[in-house]
Amino acid sequence: MTLQTDLLTLLPELIMAVGAMALLLAGAIGGEKTAPVISWGAIALLVVTGVVAVMGTPDHTTAFHGAFVADSFARFAQILILIGSALSILLADEFFQPNAARFELPVLMVLATLGMMLMVSAGSLIALYLGLELQSLALYVLAAFNRDHLRSTEAGLKYFVLGALSSGMMLYGISLIYGFTGTVEFTRIAQVVGQAGVGIGLIFGIVFLISGLAFKVSAVPFHMWTPDVYEGAPTPITAYLATAAKVAAMALFLRAILTSFPHALMQWRQIIIVLSVLSMALGAIAALGQKNIKRLMAYSSIGHMGYALLGLAAGTALGARGVLIYLAIYVFTNLGVFACIQAMRRGGRQVETIADLAGLARTDPKLAMIFSLSFLSLAGLPPLAGFFAKFYVFLAAIQAGLIWPAVLGVLASAIGLVYYLRLVKVMYFDDPAPAFDRDIGLGSQAILVLSGIVTVFFIVAASPIISSADAAAKVLLP
Amino acid sequence: MSFPILSLTTFAPLIGAALILLMPRANAARWIALITTIVTLGLSLVVWGEFDTHVAGFQLVEKASWLGGGISYHMGVDGISMLFVVLTAGLMPFCIAASWEAIENRVPEYMIAFLVLETLMIGVFCALDLVLFYVLFEGGLIPMFLIIGIWGGKRRVYASFKFFLYTFTGSVLMLLAIMAMYWYAGTTDIVTLLNGVHFPARMQTWLWLAFFASFAVKMPMWPVHTWLPDAHVEAPTAGSVILAGILLKMGGYGFLRFSLPMFPSASEMFAPLVFTLSIVAIIYTSLVALAQEDMKKLIAYSSVAHMGFVTMGIFTLTHQGVEGGIFQMLSHGVVSGALFLCVGVVYDRMHTREISAYGGLVNRMPVYAACFMVFTLANVGLPGTSGFVGEFLTMLGAYLHNSWIAIFAATGVILSAAYALYLYRRIIFGALVKPALQTIQDLSAREVAILAPLVVITIALGFYPSVVTNVTTPSVAKLIHDNQASLAMDHAKGKVALVQKGAVQ
Repeated sequence: MTLQTDLLTLLPELIMAVGAMALLLAGAIGGEKTAPVISWGAIALLVVTGVVAVMGTPDHTTAFHGAFVADSFARFAQILILIGSALSILLADEFFQPNAARFELPVLMVLATLGMMLMVSAGSLIALYLGLELQSLALYVLAAFNRDHLRSTEAGLKYFVLGALSSGMMLYGISLIYGFTGTVEFTRIAQVVGQAGVGIGLIFGIVFLISGLAFKVSAVPFHMWTPDVYEGAPTPITAYLATAAKVAAMALFLRAILTSFPHALMQWRQIIIVLSVLSMALGAIAALGQKNIKRLMAYSSIGHMGYALLGLAAGTALGARGVLIYLAIYVFTNLGVFACIQAMRRGGRQVETIADLAGLARTDPKLAMIFSLSFLSLAGLPPLAGFFAKFYVFLAAIQAGLIWPAVLGVLASAIGLVYYLRLVKVMYFDDPAPAFDRDIGLGSQAILVLSGIVTVFFIVAASPIISSADAAAKVLLP
Repeated sequence: MSFPILSLTTFAPLIGAALILLMPRANAARWIALITTIVTLGLSLVVWGEFDTHVAGFQLVEKASWLGGGISYHMGVDGISMLFVVLTAGLMPFCIAASWEAIENRVPEYMIAFLVLETLMIGVFCALDLVLFYVLFEGGLIPMFLIIGIWGGKRRVYASFKFFLYTFTGSVLMLLAIMAMYWYAGTTDIVTLLNGVHFPARMQTWLWLAFFASFAVKMPMWPVHTWLPDAHVEAPTAGSVILAGILLKMGGYGFLRFSLPMFPSASEMFAPLVFTLSIVAIIYTSLVALAQEDMKKLIAYSSVAHMGFVTMGIFTLTHQGVEGGIFQMLSHGVVSGALFLCVGVVYDRMHTREISAYGGLVNRMPVYAACFMVFTLANVGLPGTSGFVGEFLTMLGAYLHNSWIAIFAATGVILSAAYALYLYRRIIFGALVKPALQTIQDLSAREVAILAPLVVITIALGFYPSVVTNVTTPSVAKLIHDNQASLAMDHAKGKVALVQKGAVQ
């Protein structure tokens, strides 16, 4: 274990860190006019990082005495994070284009992405916290990026206050775990717990840790911030929060819980089941009454994290596989949805209510088709991609004997179906509202097409994704 | 078998849909859809031609890897499913033709929805993998939802939501059951599950109930039938035809394919429940049909009653009952489809389905009256029409099983004559007094071309039921034989357990 191999293991993250600083410098020197260049530079940086991550990293090596792990699990999550981030930056570039473009935005997004990369490759509680805070601090600023906009600043403030609270809880949990096991490294914690058993103090630590993580994935009852932040943040940032940030938090959740506490399965499983069932139920029911599409997507994402948590509750490699497949499909579907939301503009102004979508199938049939396909996929209807996401999670839950949570889950999905269908109804059955602006940017169009293709054709090309998720999940629980 | 004829039949409509997507103009869409459905019908007839009626097992089998881990793309037909493929492909051209003038708005989208639906429906009957089956079974909801919701009547939104939510909620439990079966058997391959996987009795009970929730809603059985009248009334004519003709049959097909052979003990245990619900459906919905003021609603309730005969016949597990059930489904597919087309004919002219708005049509529309007569009598079950064979066989099966069931079912036959003939009298006979009807035109050449083949099929099946029974007999015999064998096994196990218990005591 020389410094050289440690650095080599973290090469993708290092490239990003250096690249982010270079972009920041370039922006500071070049001024506001350089914003589009910085955006494209950031996207190129993410692509390069992705290529290096896929090609360069040897399988399953650790760095800095187990603080970071480079394995196929981390790589799977990192690729998803990079895709989500790059496409969100693309959306942001078009969102702010005419008047309010600022070069800090892509730089902050790259920094947040770096935090996410570290989160999913964290091998110890300290590294976990470092990555999480780097990501969170950048995200607080991003949420408030429309600083002249009341909603946006409110979103940023709320996110920050509640986020800080959850970080505190998590840190407290980490300190308890360290206190009762004498180590912060995931694999060592597992050894210690395996030998010494699960004491009450450790359980307190686990509960606090899970609370903090649940906040990050916005699971009920730690979901309060989500609707306000989703609604208030600029649309591409919401897309970013809903895709890359969710992948990172969920992958971190998986690794931290599954590798550290395989011997405390019975203890933490109950908590996760409760979080999962409550999230599925609240996500479905609370979304029914929403009028704002971004708020609706917030409740939708709460529900979806509930389904993903069901895979974690299974506590098996199959469950982890289910979660990874879920996240992969979720990223592409959600990017499509938010690209659609960003395309909802009339006379250059963004509109966000569901009523604005009325009759979209007549005014813009293509947009309506992708929009509805995405929603039906989120609802989990076959033959669309979203069905397979739910399928693999429930498959793992049934295998683990979690019959009742699974039954509650499918019933919640039947309730959730109502609001997804309502959106399709508004677009297809209702009389048209005035048409949206026609000038959808090229980047958004590309995202729409990509998302549509993944949603429809996942069914025929599923097996490579499933097998790589399978390989990734087996790393956690060999 | 090297040539993938089943996949070709299944996915041919998707090619048509893709073509329409490229050429989204009303007239082009109509012609592409018509040609595609006719080609698909031709392919399905090739399937029939290739089908060996002496073999009981699955034929024309295709298998390819799909999701991995025991879940594969597996297609094939046997005597139970093959004719449903032909029925589906056969009804489709009629649906497209019936929508030729009735649908004016968003024609390309309409045709695409129908073609996608056709692919999914044919696939359901060919699928030999539970996951594949489920995907296709549920996928059909989306196009049907759009067909009712976009091109339907006044309360279309309510009807489409009700349709979707009822069927979806029923099906999700089946999905969980499929997963449980997967973990027990290690595969979702239907052929493997049919031959040699034996679920424990307790597990069978839960699995049976989960599958029942799905198929009972789809069928629909009383008391979960209430979505059907709404969906029928609001759907456009062709949508009603597909709903009554094909989608309802998926429930009966599911019972035959899964519930009976895979969960024999549970099927035996729950048979009284099914009989009770079937009898209630037959008598109660027939009475409800008598009171209807809306033509489509009346036919919808009569569908529920007729499906009661199907479930009754299937669960008697006698050769006559099962074969009668299959025949009844095929016949009902043609007859109820034709009845909805008949309603569509006058609806296109008068834009109302109120029975009281009509009367004396025979004076202006003799050809129409004759066609309608044939289908009405087939619906009643007059000997010499296809409707008779199915009703007779199912009642014969019921009589063999338990004579009381047959007696109750027979009252349903009388009631069906009452509501069907009453409907016919009110619409066709009497004096032509309504001023709006004075100028109504008889069938156009297009409409004659649609209804005439159905008249021929209805009568032909009544006289030569062996066309169907030749195909179904070997597979039905195998189904019943396997079922008896595994029941005997369960009973023997039960006895051994009892003996052991006694020995311990």
